[in-house]
Amino acid sequence: MSTLDTALHGDEQMHHGPARGLGRWLFTTNHKDIGTMYLWFSLLMFLVGGSMALMIRAELFQPGLQLVEPGFFNQMTTMHGLIMVFGAVMPAFVGLANWMVPMMIGAPDMALPRMNNWSFWILPFAFAMLISTLFMSGGAPNFGWTFYAPLSTTYAPPSVTYFIFAIHMMGISSIMGAINIIATILNMRAPGMTMMKLPLFCWTWLITAFLLIAVMPVLAGVVTMMLMDIHFGTSFFDAGGGGDPVLFQHVFWFFGHPEVYIMILPAFGIISQIIPAFARKRLFGYASMVYATASIAILSFLVWAHHMFTVGIPLAGELFFMYATMLIAVPTGVKVFNWVATMFRGSMTFETPMLFALAFVVLFTIGGFSGLMLAIAPVDFQYHDTYFVVAHFHYVLVPGAVFAIMAGVYYWLPKWTGHMLDERMGRLHFWLSFIGVNITFFPMHFIGLAGMPRRIPDYALQFADFNMVASLGAFLFGLSQLIFVWNVIACVRGGRKAEARAWEGAEGLEWEVPSPAPYHTFSEPPKLPESLR
Amino acid sequence: MGLRTIKTIGSGVGLALLAPVSLHAAWELNLTPGVTDVSRSVYDLHMTIFWICVAIALVVFGVMFWSIFHHRKSRGAKAHHFHENTLVEVIWTLVPILILVGMAVPATATLIKMYDPSEAELDVQITGYQWKWRYDYLDHELSFFSNLSTPREQISNTVEKQQHYLLEVDRHLVLPVDTKIRFLLTANDVIHSWWVPALAVKKDAIPGFINEAWTIIDEPGIYRGQCAELCGQDHGFMPIVVEAVDRDAFDAWLLAQQQEKQQQAAAAERSWTLDELMQQGEQVYLRACAACHLPNGEGVPGAFPALKNSPVALGDVSAHIDIVLNGKSGTAMQAFREQLSAMELAAVITYERNAWGNSLGEAVSPAQIADLLGSETGEAEQ
Repeated sequence: MSTLDTALHGDEQMHHGPARGLGRWLFTTNHKDIGTMYLWFSLLMFLVGGSMALMIRAELFQPGLQLVEPGFFNQMTTMHGLIMVFGAVMPAFVGLANWMVPMMIGAPDMALPRMNNWSFWILPFAFAMLISTLFMSGGAPNFGWTFYAPLSTTYAPPSVTYFIFAIHMMGISSIMGAINIIATILNMRAPGMTMMKLPLFCWTWLITAFLLIAVMPVLAGVVTMMLMDIHFGTSFFDAGGGGDPVLFQHVFWFFGHPEVYIMILPAFGIISQIIPAFARKRLFGYASMVYATASIAILSFLVWAHHMFTVGIPLAGELFFMYATMLIAVPTGVKVFNWVATMFRGSMTFETPMLFALAFVVLFTIGGFSGLMLAIAPVDFQYHDTYFVVAHFHYVLVPGAVFAIMAGVYYWLPKWTGHMLDERMGRLHFWLSFIGVNITFFPMHFIGLAGMPRRIPDYALQFADFNMVASLGAFLFGLSQLIFVWNVIACVRGGRKAEARAWEGAEGLEWEVPSPAPYHTFSEPPKLPESLR
Repeated sequence: MGLRTIKTIGSGVGLALLAPVSLHAAWELNLTPGVTDVSRSVYDLHMTIFWICVAIALVVFGVMFWSIFHHRKSRGAKAHHFHENTLVEVIWTLVPILILVGMAVPATATLIKMYDPSEAELDVQITGYQWKWRYDYLDHELSFFSNLSTPREQISNTVEKQQHYLLEVDRHLVLPVDTKIRFLLTANDVIHSWWVPALAVKKDAIPGFINEAWTIIDEPGIYRGQCAELCGQDHGFMPIVVEAVDRDAFDAWLLAQQQEKQQQAAAAERSWTLDELMQQGEQVYLRACAACHLPNGEGVPGAFPALKNSPVALGDVSAHIDIVLNGKSGTAMQAFREQLSAMELAAVITYERNAWGNSLGEAVSPAQIADLLGSETGEAEQ
């Protein structure tokens, strides 16, 4: 990592620089090193999970079975989902938090640096275990990333046990990461930085961390119940022994719905940093942004059964979960309005991070609209488990969470590497991704409404044309991510020298330290800059 | 690569791109309004909410793009300094709440209509199996399985796909129009979900539990659907076909089914010659077995065992009967005891023991199978 070497030479006041060789990465307790490892790991997982998505789309290019068997197809959909959720999106956010939270609040490091090291190093082992199931007899998990019992218990391949332990390890990693972020934000803010001066990225992460601590144990619980059912003769999810398969879904979605906000709240934070920077105007409605984030988090615990409208819950239950779900549109709407109001009468420029942020606002909102449609229980009977749902959650996760991560990476890369990005390459990546993502996922709304169920390897002829379009878009989107990899590597290796404040309108403590950020920052608590006082 | 190869590939790709368009109107965009009162309410609700979303999107994105075009630095825009306004923020919290209430009212009404608990005139139990449906007409002692009938060659692309590719079954669920029909849903193994878009009925079939749904179909016709909940390997291959007929036709159909059942029972009792059994057996074999074991009995090495010259088909007859009746756990071999009649079971087993050069010359009689089925049920009941 030449960047950190330059960082070393660039600042001679530092006590010591990073250790040499592999040991540096294995034993590091430095939040920047750990953040870097999280981000590279997540990029690797993004490419692995993405290749699986391309395999799925290649099979769905035309009706009929061409490339893979139905059993393997199910393994691909399952692994794609698990890897993208737990391996790509979540670690990317933790990586960004590691890098940026201490620098944004003026702390020298995370509050619990050794635990930080451990929470990262669990992940490669967890995913090695998960991915190794592909080579086991009976194949990898093939029951969907939601792993509904009894398909995932009585009828599961033997590799399900490895899957369960991998999930346990990911959960431990997430919980430790969350504890660390909470401890850091609550205890280590620079003097004068009150909670209501906290940068929004830190606020959204703080709330996300509480969500993680609340629900990861629930996930651990549900996989443990599966483990007991499979190996120790219990019948939590087996009606034959007095259990209930629907119990699985209740417990899973009690984790699963907050989980989807875990994957979007930090994205809200990133966007709330980037839009003001490139609109050269303070974020509109800071306080309402904080309250909206908190309301979304609280509501996320009350809406889980909207994933289960067709399992046969009584009318009162359907109504409650429908109303509660619709209510989430209110704080989410507030956020979108605030972003638009921030742009309004600003002085905007459109560098790569801003392009991704703007695309986020538009496309995430489209995902929000389809989410509102899905919330309407009687209509959800028609949408549920179709490609309409696939379109919905990919709109909020790909041009939502993933675009926000990319926006964040492009925004902070100059701070990390000391080099400015080649804007032309950044724009090329943006436009190809933007076009690709829409060609891939927009037609899925139509296929779903026309009646195509999700998770099928072959389909009736009336779905053929839009599937072909979606597959072409998927390859365009997938291949354009190689430009992203190129951009990041190019930026690490060289480029125009970045100033401390790499972007004209960027505000916050992270822009007060040199670029690249020295190995140790804020060993002395900083004085808050004008904008934060 | 020669020019000709490139041309062939080129025209192949061209055809592949054009073929579906020319064969079918495949650019379907929207939900079906369906053929029931409920499905039409659902469709109207869907369109109402869709247009509300479009209107909101126009306003929000309109303001956003207006700012993007007019408030850009390159046009000399200077940033203003406002960053909060309580009144505006209260308004854009309250207005969405009002819009949501406006959506919730019709949604609640439709949902209440869907949950109408009044008695039905016809009860049909629907049971999901990996990977087929079973329909029991509870008041008529009628029960049958409904399997995908698309030939395997179409799925593996060796022959051209027909119009209802993957949406066709060997036995339709026949239902009367203008009749309140109650569906009782359950499953035999994993969770399935029974979905027919034209009826706006989608309900999970959960092993060990019974779910309820209902419909009143307005128009005779054929309505196709699919399993909507991932249920394992062949989840994509268990379609649903509802055939709605008028009430007289339905009664006639019921009668015909009863007669066929009696004929089958009678057939099991009379004695059958080897030739007759072979003839019947071939038909049953092609319908129920050939998908995996192939019409020539040679199977698919590594996946589905051959029957030609196989130790089972040439060995002890009771072992052969056992595997056909009860399946083989841990494999794709299903239990056919409930799926086929005694006569069909006898015929197909006889066929397997005497076809493709397997020539034991012995017949398994329908009566023998019927006895076996009867006695085993008896044991189970004790």
